[in-house]
Amino acid sequence: MQYLLLIYENEKRFATGYDPAEMKEYMAFGEAYATAIKGGNALQATTTATTVRVRDGKRLTTDGPFAETKEQLGGFYLVEANNLDDAIEMAGKIPGARAGCVEVRPIETFS
Amino acid sequence: MSELEDVFRMEWGRILSALISALGDFDLAEEALQEAFSCAVAEWASETPRNPRAWLYTTARNKAIDTIRRRASFAEKQTELVVLEESRTTGATKIEEDSTVPDERLRLIFTCCHPALPPEAQVALTLRTLCGLTTEEIARAFLLPTPTIAQRLVRAKTKIRKAAIPYRVPLAPDVPERLSVVMAVVYLVFNEGYAAAHGDALVRHELCTEAIRLTRLLRALLPVPYPELDALLALMLLHDSRRSTRVNADGELVLLADQDRTRWNQAQIDEGCALVRSAFQAGPIGPYAVEAAIAALHAKAACPDDTDWSQISALYGRLFALHRSPVVALNRAVALSMAEGPEAALPLVEALQSALEDYHLWHATRADLLRRLGRTTEAVCCYQRALELTQNEVERRFLNRRLEELRS
Repeated sequence: MQYLLLIYENEKRFATGYDPAEMKEYMAFGEAYATAIKGGNALQATTTATTVRVRDGKRLTTDGPFAETKEQLGGFYLVEANNLDDAIEMAGKIPGARAGCVEVRPIETFS
Repeated sequence: MSELEDVFRMEWGRILSALISALGDFDLAEEALQEAFSCAVAEWASETPRNPRAWLYTTARNKAIDTIRRRASFAEKQTELVVLEESRTTGATKIEEDSTVPDERLRLIFTCCHPALPPEAQVALTLRTLCGLTTEEIARAFLLPTPTIAQRLVRAKTKIRKAAIPYRVPLAPDVPERLSVVMAVVYLVFNEGYAAAHGDALVRHELCTEAIRLTRLLRALLPVPYPELDALLALMLLHDSRRSTRVNADGELVLLADQDRTRWNQAQIDEGCALVRSAFQAGPIGPYAVEAAIAALHAKAACPDDTDWSQISALYGRLFALHRSPVVALNRAVALSMAEGPEAALPLVEALQSALEDYHLWHATRADLLRRLGRTTEAVCCYQRALELTQNEVERRFLNRRLEELRS
């Protein structure tokens, strides 16, 4: 079973760069769960985001994220876990969970 | 057939928990067990089986295998079927009346009360699967439309399946945190049943009974004792001991001070008090233990004047330290007014104004203190404000009676 762990926190925290101690924590997290982590990335700030939608066959492109919120999607991990409890356990170990929150979403499978 | 109804009540949760464990599917297990009970209506008419539980379990499991076979065009179902078929052939086609059905209710309750499910779904799912209440019964108890409850159940079961919420008892270090969710669900069920006069009285009574039964079950099944669980059981037993005296024949709310104490259930009070003592000795003392101790002090007073208000007030102080809520602070002020008089409590109540301005009981409490202090005009104003804020018919009648007394 795969889950996407979406890390939401206030991106203002990273306006002047990343905290080296926290970066180390992320490295350690990556090593601890090396076999479970199937992918993941940090995202650039929402000021770089572009939203695309198609309405009546016409493409509409707008500046900014899908919704203005207090916390923004800042990064994600795709992980392999036995069940939701194991995925929650991993989510709780992500440093970003302390300042913001981590949404755990099961990956849909089409058979 | 009342014998079958008894079996249904007693066995539903136990058999369902085992079926879910064997089948890995809530809906399939529930449908199969429902079918097995329908078969029992016809087949038990002539002779009740020696082991009704095993009969129902085996019948339901066989029904489930038939269902899977009907759907079995999908290759993935085949492996599932092989495992189940093996378990069936070992007992031949005959119903294995001597087989024991594993008790998986602990797994079931922890799954139903998984923190990834919304609280209202935890409640509905627990009542449906462990207690065997129908969707209609749950809807009646919570004064909600049946489709609302049905939808909550469907969504919860879908999430269990799709997000892979595991069917298991949490690992030992996680048990205290997970148990607190389970206890919150049980207490919510109890309070819904205990809340003043609304809905169907019989169904409400049943909720209290089920909450107490679930707590006893948890105590029996958990491998180690949890003092807060004892405290929760005590709290519910002590409240429940007053059930028959809380509302009079006309459906009017009877205040604690005016209840007929000779009709309180003494056996429940004794059991509750003993549990409170052991919870306090074992520690650490949590909020349920403190609330239960307060309920025990009320229960032990032979008449209202014997109530140990200074100790109750001290316990509310302790509760406030554990749970800094303005409502707890208000209760503490009420206890203090009984121990030391209304003039000591009034400033404490007035200090809570900004937090509780929209809470009818804040106004009612302030009104009561002012009334006792002889400040009648101010008291009348406060009672009127309380009346404007309450929706509860029984409370409205009570407040109106107080207002009339003051005006006469």
